[in-house]
Amino acid sequence: MSLANSTIATLRQRLLTKEISPRDIVTDVAQAIDSQNASIGAYLSWDLDKALKEADLADISQPLGGIPIGIKDNMNVIGEPCTCGSRMLAENYTAPYDAGAIVKLRGAGAVPFGRLNMDEFAMGSSTENSALGVTRNPRDLERIPGGSSGGSAAAVAGNLAIATLGSDTGGSIRQPAALCGCVGLKPTYGRISRYGLVAFASSLDQIGPITKTVEDSAILLNHLCGKDARDSTSLDVAVPDFTLALGQDIKGLRIGLPKEYFISGIHAGVSAAVNEAIKKLEALGAIPVEISLPHTDVGVSTYYIIAPAEASANLARFDGVRYGHRSSAATDLMEHYMMSREEGFGPEVKRRILLGTYVLSSGYYDAYYLKAQRARTLIRQDFEQAFEKVDVIVSPTSPTPAHKLGALKDNPLAAYLEDIFTIPVNLAGLPAISVPCGTAMEDGKSLPVGLQIIGKPLDEMTLLRVADAFEKA
Amino acid sequence: MPSPQIDIHHIAKLSRLALTDEEAVKYQDQLNRILGHIDQLSTYQLDAEPSAHAMPIFDVIRPDIARPGLTQEEALSNAPRRAMDQFQIPKVME
Repeated sequence: MSLANSTIATLRQRLLTKEISPRDIVTDVAQAIDSQNASIGAYLSWDLDKALKEADLADISQPLGGIPIGIKDNMNVIGEPCTCGSRMLAENYTAPYDAGAIVKLRGAGAVPFGRLNMDEFAMGSSTENSALGVTRNPRDLERIPGGSSGGSAAAVAGNLAIATLGSDTGGSIRQPAALCGCVGLKPTYGRISRYGLVAFASSLDQIGPITKTVEDSAILLNHLCGKDARDSTSLDVAVPDFTLALGQDIKGLRIGLPKEYFISGIHAGVSAAVNEAIKKLEALGAIPVEISLPHTDVGVSTYYIIAPAEASANLARFDGVRYGHRSSAATDLMEHYMMSREEGFGPEVKRRILLGTYVLSSGYYDAYYLKAQRARTLIRQDFEQAFEKVDVIVSPTSPTPAHKLGALKDNPLAAYLEDIFTIPVNLAGLPAISVPCGTAMEDGKSLPVGLQIIGKPLDEMTLLRVADAFEKA
Repeated sequence: MPSPQIDIHHIAKLSRLALTDEEAVKYQDQLNRILGHIDQLSTYQLDAEPSAHAMPIFDVIRPDIARPGLTQEEALSNAPRRAMDQFQIPKVME
């Protein structure tokens, strides 16, 4: 078995017995990238020499000592590019500092290695919005890997990485993990510092791990969480040892099935796989309980007001002055702003900046933004009430398996509607994980399906416990 | 809720985006369709306090103590244009 195919847990054991070295792992991952990245396109760039130097210095007595972790290209790693999949930052940006999550990873001995493709500024669900290259699903190269963390999921699924970091604003960790057949965890809002994560929608963004197993997800999460003084929304709460959730039974655990989530319109193969998964959970002793999340159908509308509104404000910082693309055609300051942004941003980013600017503009704020914030409260309350009756909630992660590349290219609204199961989780700030649950057939291809498990705020332990029991069954 | 009929040129200016004519037509159409969907919110009774965040965190303050940040050179290192130790922009005053 090659090292690039391995899990963190396996590699750590082999490192501790001195059977392999951190250099061996980085070298093997680099070889996998060299041989397969041309067809999968998960990575935008990687610096082997830097990673080898860091691997040689790694302290393997540390919990992640010597493990290379691939990084979505929207988190700052000192001395490396951070393109966000955009022309805006592709030409001349080098990160002058480490993001909070990267500081944590390094503190545990891990080696950040490689920059992973993504939808531009994390806006999209297919990675097709990247201005810098196409990423393909390793399970079927004609299909999308999902997004926006498509590179992060494709690298793990294609064994071009041991594990990776993604970010999730409306499903951007869970959905690509589901479509590629790996494990993606979005922690509770505030668990992991957002400092140095290029902001898309600040009240929704959260970093999380994409891994081959639930065990690796727990291991990585252990070393990502915690208060960071540089992110005022990061939570000052105790971080448990998440690996204690592994290997537990789930007898008597109440599993909520939202009636609004099991609707027509879900791909038949996805529906069948998720129903099988629920039976499996039942066989493990869990008790299914029908619940209601009555405001489910306003989730997408609420999200596509709040997220673009926050994005339009966050992306105002790209003004061509301090960093990023600067138009050479402009003659005055206004033109400088308008041309630099016009040339630097791609179509989906422009669409969302325009939408966000509109819903915040004079005369429309109350009608859209304020209304969406009220809907957001109701969506959160739906979950609070449901969690009085159940311990976790399960659903499909995505209503469909991976589309073919280009399938939703000219229909942004149709693409937005596919985020229906993942979006409410971000609006409510809850933790959720996507674990592989079989496959769905489409065009004669067997494509991965993900089961989403949603937990109470800060209850990643129960998520991991259910996901681990399910994965091992 | 207002019926969606976006003035794309006004919004593009507020957004500081110099759209091409082609883009203006495309975005006007796409945004009207997206807003048409979003307008379903107006059919709901939304009796709840607005929330800006999911978590009950308010007014986070920190001690007013200087801490290390980027050096001037680091802060300027990504500037597309700089003059001496400053960011350079097109002339603002006549």
